Amino acid sequence: MSTLASTAPEDVRQEERLYTAKPWTLIWWRFRKHKLAVASLVLLILSYSGALFADFVSPYRPFDIEKLQTFVPPQSVHLFSANGFEGPFVYGLKRSRDPDTARVIYATDETRIIPVRFFVEGPEYDFLGLIPTKLHLFGLDDPKQKLNLLGTDALGRDLFTRLMYGARVTLSAGLVGVSFSFLLGLGLGAISGYYGGMLDTSIQRLMEFIRSIPTIPLWMGLAAAVPIAWDPLYVYVLITVILSLIGWTYLARVVRGRFLALRNEDYVMAARLSGASEFRIITKHMLPAMTSYIIAALTLAVPEMILGETALSFLGLGLRPPVVSWGVLLQDAQNLRSIALAPWLLLPGVAVVIIVLAFNFLGDGLRDAADPYGR
Amino acid sequence: MVGFIIRRIAWAIPTLAFVSFIAFFIIQLPPGDYVTAYAAQLKHSGEYLSPDQEELLRQQFGLDQPIFIQYLDWIGNILLHGDFGRSLEWNANVSDLIWDRLGLTLAISTLSMIFTWAIAIPIGVYSATRQYSFFDYVFTIFGFVGKGIPEFMLALVLMWLGFVYFNFDVGGLFSAEYATAPWSYDRVIDMLKHLWVPVVVLATGGAAGLIRVMRANMLDEMGKPYVETAYAQGLSERQVIWHYPVRVALNPFISTVGWALPALFSGDIIAAVVLNLPTTGPLLLKALQMQDMYLAGSFILILSVFTVVGTLLSDILLAWSDPRIRYG
Amino acid sequence: MAGETLPPMPPERLIELNDVAVHFSLREGLVRAVNGVSYHVNKGEVLGVVGESGSGKSVTVRSIMRLQPKTALDAGGAIRFRLPDGSVTELNRLPRDGREIRSIRGRHIGMVFQEPMTALSPVHSIGTQIARTYQLHTGASKEAARNRAIDLLARVQMPRPREMVDVYPHQLSGGMRQRAMIALALTCEPSLLIADEPTTALDVTTEAQILDLLRSLQAEFGMAIIFITHNFGVVADIADRVAVMYLGRVAETGTVDQIFYHPKHPYTRALLQSIPRLGQKRVHRLKTIPGMVPDPFNIPAGCVFHPRCEHAVAGRCDVAEPASRTFDGGQIARCHLADSLPELVS
Repeated sequence: MSTLASTAPEDVRQEERLYTAKPWTLIWWRFRKHKLAVASLVLLILSYSGALFADFVSPYRPFDIEKLQTFVPPQSVHLFSANGFEGPFVYGLKRSRDPDTARVIYATDETRIIPVRFFVEGPEYDFLGLIPTKLHLFGLDDPKQKLNLLGTDALGRDLFTRLMYGARVTLSAGLVGVSFSFLLGLGLGAISGYYGGMLDTSIQRLMEFIRSIPTIPLWMGLAAAVPIAWDPLYVYVLITVILSLIGWTYLARVVRGRFLALRNEDYVMAARLSGASEFRIITKHMLPAMTSYIIAALTLAVPEMILGETALSFLGLGLRPPVVSWGVLLQDAQNLRSIALAPWLLLPGVAVVIIVLAFNFLGDGLRDAADPYGR
Repeated sequence: MVGFIIRRIAWAIPTLAFVSFIAFFIIQLPPGDYVTAYAAQLKHSGEYLSPDQEELLRQQFGLDQPIFIQYLDWIGNILLHGDFGRSLEWNANVSDLIWDRLGLTLAISTLSMIFTWAIAIPIGVYSATRQYSFFDYVFTIFGFVGKGIPEFMLALVLMWLGFVYFNFDVGGLFSAEYATAPWSYDRVIDMLKHLWVPVVVLATGGAAGLIRVMRANMLDEMGKPYVETAYAQGLSERQVIWHYPVRVALNPFISTVGWALPALFSGDIIAAVVLNLPTTGPLLLKALQMQDMYLAGSFILILSVFTVVGTLLSDILLAWSDPRIRYG
Repeated sequence: MAGETLPPMPPERLIELNDVAVHFSLREGLVRAVNGVSYHVNKGEVLGVVGESGSGKSVTVRSIMRLQPKTALDAGGAIRFRLPDGSVTELNRLPRDGREIRSIRGRHIGMVFQEPMTALSPVHSIGTQIARTYQLHTGASKEAARNRAIDLLARVQMPRPREMVDVYPHQLSGGMRQRAMIALALTCEPSLLIADEPTTALDVTTEAQILDLLRSLQAEFGMAIIFITHNFGVVADIADRVAVMYLGRVAETGTVDQIFYHPKHPYTRALLQSIPRLGQKRVHRLKTIPGMVPDPFNIPAGCVFHPRCEHAVAGRCDVAEPASRTFDGGQIARCHLADSLPELVS
């Protein structure tokens, strides 16, 4: 509302603030209004730090096998027992066999109260790969007792621990894959949008070709060619490259669209008329105006990568055990019998859904906030 | 219109050539060739091929030719004789293995697409005309969640729920007694009983996305002056909405049919593996795991061709429904 | 104020607006977009409504058609319309999506919009759009409706109407589209045509053609027109009477001659002084109106025009809202100083 006559002084100051604010501040102000996007950002930061400090956050190691603790259901942490407030604790477990089916069943033993402690000693590990330590964020005092927040799998491995370690692979695969496709997409998209003409047409055709192939079969085809015997690290890199080979078209489309729109903006023309070099126009005038859009597009591309990795690993064509990723974890939940027996094995899938949703919300929020001067 | 269709078909030809090349490239990817794999298979059963014999076989199959000639051979056999090569794993011609499964994949995908539209269009229109109503929020939440759930996860959860609460196995496409029976009325009914699970699994993701697209398109269109003109003619709200903005808002929909197909085929493959459906998914997965490359490559080729043809059809459909494109 | 106490409409009166008010309740506050508008149109008469953007002229005619946005609140006043059979309906009492108002829209009241580019459906041919309206109100057959469309296109002087009937809006130029739009509005030969800035988006030559067309169609069909514009020149060209609107109120109404030669309201005078005229002295500088249109959330107290009025009297104009005063020849002005302004020098 442009007014002169009747605006209160406070409004004027507010508007002044709006006019003098830097673009990034404006974007932040607009982003802050999306409560869901902010919450998603917090959740993602927590998840990524959890993945980074997986060895500290999780009470055990991902490959610790407990033969007597197979298919333990998730244990709930209580605060109050029959005696009143106790602080966080879990009840002990009683292991027995179903006389008919010979299946192992667990019953909570409400007489045994095992307190959960913070910063306890547990299995040894190298913190961040550097400092050898035994300190864990939480755990039980008695090393004979186990705390399985999310239950255990067929080999008695703690699912929470494996989920945290798996997050390292899955979550980083999303970022790495997006950076590969970012390089491809930004490069080809920028060329396509800036130079136009024949180059643009051929890149456009290439993108259409790639998009006309169903992704999953193509991914599967390429991933199946990765030799099984290779070092898991190579496999990981190759899988992310394969994912990004297809993912870049979306980014390139966004970049090209912005370039085309910006190329015709008056201020770019003004820069050209005042004799700025092509390089300067692109880097100083056009790129800054697109950064926020690109970040939003990148954010929206991450979940695609995560879903791709999960799907491939789930099918057994991506990462394979002993590597732990959420897709690999979900392989255990592939058949009906194990899901019926231990539905908590689906939890890595729930984690995937939550992370994907968080990225989608964040990306939507960023996209809406991307145009700092829009309304 | 005819000119448009011809031009569009002409455009599809290089795309088809490209996808066929990609499929052939994938066939060639694993180390070794058909003869290496064949020799390994023979060795498994106790026979042995000397390097000379292998070389002879290579010449016989034309594998010593440059890769481009091999590609021409391969695509020529497909186009001229319908011969997709041989599956080592099944010891059968690829063409004998794939068509049934591709037919089912196509059927499930088409059904899912119809289902997706049947859900997404009315809900999108409803959400836009009753913006910020209770059900609009419900559908918005459904849209977000549906987009975030991968197909295999949904399939797993449905399977689990079906087993635990209804005590029935939702996997497969037929009950045991009909699995190999010839087609009959009862078999179709039995299939329909199983079919809803993959259709729901495949349609959810697509519907979730399309509801949001439809809602946004409708909100855009309903603000345009021609809608007011329509009201000013004395048409009722229902007549106006369904004859004017919906017609226009559907256009981007129609143009994305082509893009929806690859997603449906992709989803179908994963869902089929989880649900154990007799469609392309499990066979393609097995072929890839066994590096049975002619079988795998043929699947990829034909799925891609379906996609290209689907895109072509959707473009023609779009030109038919939107005069601005037809004459543009 | 209330509708019950209004005197009956004289027989020549087609539509009469009394103290019509339309408010919008927005998150930022209540916007009184239309705040007590009264004007009338007689049968076969052309009323020009002039005002700046935001003066409420479009909102007012939309409330005649009951086509306001969903957020609009009917805040009072009466709109009475005489149907061809002589009976009078109070339009403002009809439900917005009800059967009665729908049988009036497009049949007894036609409307032409500002943007010929976007006001026609892009996915239907022009003939289809006209035929649909005709079929809706007359129940005619498809064949008859199509012939009607061809006939109408011929009457709005579209070349080759038999071919044009199957043409889509995007294939036409702006002027041709506006002709199609007029044909659509005239489908059922309405007794009132509302034209909301029909020539604003057109170039001057096309504008003149469309105005000519509207004049000849008016002579042919004998309908009344409410012609909205911000261009005084256009008003002089086409209108019999003029209503000048400012900030949701009618500042002044009168015949074209009264408004142009004896304006009583300072706003009308200021507007007239801001347009160049043939025959003016060369040294004469065009005047501008000082200040800007106030924002709709903070409407000035008293006379809404006083902050920009060169004649405003402190203690009077900024305190009390002036009442409408009727002068000789039916001229009405809403100003405390309406008959005490200095004579115009031109």
